[in-house]
Amino acid sequence: MMQQQELIPHLFRAEYRKIVSVLCRHFGLGQIEIAEDLASDTFLTAAQTWGIKGLPPNPTAWLYSVAKNKAKNYLQREHTFDSKIAPALIDADQFMPGDIDLSTQNINDSQLQMMFAVCHPVNSQEAQIGLALRILCGFGIDEIADAFLSNKEAVNKRLYRAKEKLREQKIKMVYPGDAEVAARLPSVLTTLYLLFNEGYYSESQNHILRKDLCLEAMRLCTMLIENKSTNKPEANALLALMCFHASRFDARIDEHGRHVLYDEQDTSLWDSDLVSKGIYFLSCAANGDKISNYHLEASIAWWGTQKTDSKEKWENVLQLYDQLLQIAYSPVAALNRIYALSKVAGKQAAIPEAEKLNLADNPFYFALLGELYTGIDNNNAKLNFQQAYSLAKTGAEKQTMQRKIDSFN
Amino acid sequence: MKEFILIFRHPNGHEVASPEQIQVWMKQTMDWLAGIRAKGKYDGQGNGLLFEDSRVVGHNNVVTNGPFGEIKETIGGYVIVKADSIDEAVEFAKGSPVLQGAGNTVEVRPLAKH
Repeated sequence: MMQQQELIPHLFRAEYRKIVSVLCRHFGLGQIEIAEDLASDTFLTAAQTWGIKGLPPNPTAWLYSVAKNKAKNYLQREHTFDSKIAPALIDADQFMPGDIDLSTQNINDSQLQMMFAVCHPVNSQEAQIGLALRILCGFGIDEIADAFLSNKEAVNKRLYRAKEKLREQKIKMVYPGDAEVAARLPSVLTTLYLLFNEGYYSESQNHILRKDLCLEAMRLCTMLIENKSTNKPEANALLALMCFHASRFDARIDEHGRHVLYDEQDTSLWDSDLVSKGIYFLSCAANGDKISNYHLEASIAWWGTQKTDSKEKWENVLQLYDQLLQIAYSPVAALNRIYALSKVAGKQAAIPEAEKLNLADNPFYFALLGELYTGIDNNNAKLNFQQAYSLAKTGAEKQTMQRKIDSFN
Repeated sequence: MKEFILIFRHPNGHEVASPEQIQVWMKQTMDWLAGIRAKGKYDGQGNGLLFEDSRVVGHNNVVTNGPFGEIKETIGGYVIVKADSIDEAVEFAKGSPVLQGAGNTVEVRPLAKH
């Protein structure tokens, strides 16, 4: 029995997405299901043989060799080349005759092309994220259902429709040139940002899976940075932002699965390595002549890694939020700005500004008011937290609000 | 000691599992067999039986494609273990990760001595 190599964790998942991207480039995006099937078959065959006979000397090469053969067999067996694929290839911007090329360069190029195809705005953000998880990250339907707190049927439907859309609109896999990058990078970054948020804020009980989602978003963002054509300041800023947030991942949940608020977190669980990486990418982002919302959010997030309550911190954070609100208003940013204002100018000064927002449907609005009134008018604070509780959408949020309410008793 | 063949029957459909899940099952298989090997009851005899490019030859030499992996009861692989009794072999079989799937089976048959 040949063996005694280590089986790399997540090897199958990592190689699956590479093989799917390359096969899809070869067959065309309209044939994506075929690419997925061939890739899955490759791993099933691997499991049947390696499980009993042990790991081959070069597992990756084995996988690629088997994938190529399966693709070849498919074309021969199905006789679909003439009827289906040839016309599609004539349509395609890039025709790839001959052998399936699983060189490193082609794998990188194919994955980048796949990222731009998957993140195409013809599909809704939710659909894009679903596709990204399945095809760019290699997650299974069960795992995606778990992450979205959905079920298999719903996930399958969403993916099916998303692929149909790409097919209908004849979206192609193309290597993003300058014009493509300028036009499409923002939406690609948005999808990665939302993917990261899925992991960060997900209600799923599966802690490992949620961390995996964050790491996957970071890996995909890294891919953009490693490619010359997509290595833009905004991409670096987004990666910095993700690093800073991810650095607190382990401290955010206690042993009972409950959310731990920032002020109560055990800073020894903060990952200083990730913070360093974030600082590095933030400095890489500091070129060009445009400040993106990611630059500002990353800078704010950096201050979040400094567990100090100093005036300097909050004055800086306030300024950053002021800038952020000018280029990208969001209710969350507006609320966070007021929190920063309260730290700089005191709660009394912040309260009228908060009430001006009047975000009557937003649980975080009432949570903020609760914070601001605490110590000034505790009855009012409690009422606000109760309102926040009733509007809260997730179990974790409700728990947090309940703890605030209880603290007044 | 006698020899027994453990025959794994399970569907091979790819709708069933993600790459990650397939890797988990594979690792479970490796660990399970390593356990039997450590007892000196398994020496590596066995293999997967692939579905692609397979045929069934029937009466009058009629050849059809198949068997297909999506059908339950198709054989996916086998191993040969040593045991003193069928019961001991059955205990080994119970550890197969294949059995995590409802409807999957591990058939245990003594090899004829000759």
